[in-house]
Amino acid sequence: MPKQVKVYSTPTCPYCIRAKQYLKENNVTFEDIDVSAHEDAGQEMIQKSGQMGVPVLDIEGTIVVGFDKEKIKNALGL
Amino acid sequence: MVLIKKRLKTRLVYKMYDLIIIGAGPAGITASVYAARKRMNFLVISRDIGGQTAWSGDIENYTGYQFISGPELAAKFEEHMRQYKIPLKETEEVEDFRRDGDGFIVKTAKGEYRSRTVIVASGKRSKELGVPGEKEFKNRGLTYCATCDGPLFSGKDVAVIGGGNSALDAAIQLMKIARHITIVTSAGSLTGDSVMREQVETSPLVTVMNNARVAAVTGDKFVSGITIVKNGLEEKLQVQGVFVEIGLTPNSYFCTILEKNQIGEIKVTIQNETNVPGVFACGDVTDVPEKQIIIAAGEGAKAALGVFRYLIQNPLHG
Repeated sequence: MPKQVKVYSTPTCPYCIRAKQYLKENNVTFEDIDVSAHEDAGQEMIQKSGQMGVPVLDIEGTIVVGFDKEKIKNALGL
Repeated sequence: MVLIKKRLKTRLVYKMYDLIIIGAGPAGITASVYAARKRMNFLVISRDIGGQTAWSGDIENYTGYQFISGPELAAKFEEHMRQYKIPLKETEEVEDFRRDGDGFIVKTAKGEYRSRTVIVASGKRSKELGVPGEKEFKNRGLTYCATCDGPLFSGKDVAVIGGGNSALDAAIQLMKIARHITIVTSAGSLTGDSVMREQVETSPLVTVMNNARVAAVTGDKFVSGITIVKNGLEEKLQVQGVFVEIGLTPNSYFCTILEKNQIGEIKVTIQNETNVPGVFACGDVTDVPEKQIIIAAGEGAKAALGVFRYLIQNPLHG
């Protein structure tokens, strides 16, 4: 079963772009949630991560703040 | 025998590169393309790719592109670099480097690398306020990137700290998002371009506080206010967001062996040499006049060619 991955991002942040690029390179399918277009999603992200910086990745319940390659790798089991 | 084995092992761990490039903005990436074309055996170590270019808005002065956005130009740079399959340590930050025999040891949190030469192309980063609460509330209401994090402050009261172009740019972006914006500047008036100044000063959503200094950022789990000192008096401002836009500072703190000017920029010659033979520097981290993407790129090319010449003139002994 592939893991459920959500990426909370804004279209303009470079680390969001890199994080999504990294997932694509590793053939990970993910749900891209634009917090600039959906205020509720922004609140959900703040609640999950306890902070307000993007990107935030939710990898089956494991929350990774920022484009932290090592943590993302571990959470995905790559 | 034991001794030889041990020495062999050390050698295997510390492969000697011709060159290590620190940074992957326009300067570092251009240097890497030149180094690849000269078939050097090298490594790039960088916290991110694209540097400040990736954070920039619209770019209209990079020759060949009449108009391109910052993230798009950064992606073009990266694509160019990747074409050469350059070994890259990304999200890795250099902590220190020092001379070691015929070369240098470059130290990061993840390891140590050996190289004959070094190019420092680590650019600049946002200046910090240096007040209580700043570190605690970073990403908890305090941010250095309005473009990235601005949308999360929809309908909120926010403060922009600074009065130059980057502060005005942040305020203009936030005018479409936030409920109210207070610009706090230590200067007597806003100092950015007049077009932007007018836009901000005529907006009913913006209040400007001149001659004011931020003394603290306060809150519980997230930012709830800032303490401002104006005319010797302290006052509290209720805000949920703080955007720090007070300029840039060079990423040269790890260059302990290099000579810098009074604002921390690495001093370089016209050939991009530093005071230490074998160490070159280029782009915004140096004292080169004018900080521009196209200048950083050109400086990167010069630095890589300088290294190439240095390696020929200083062959390894034995």
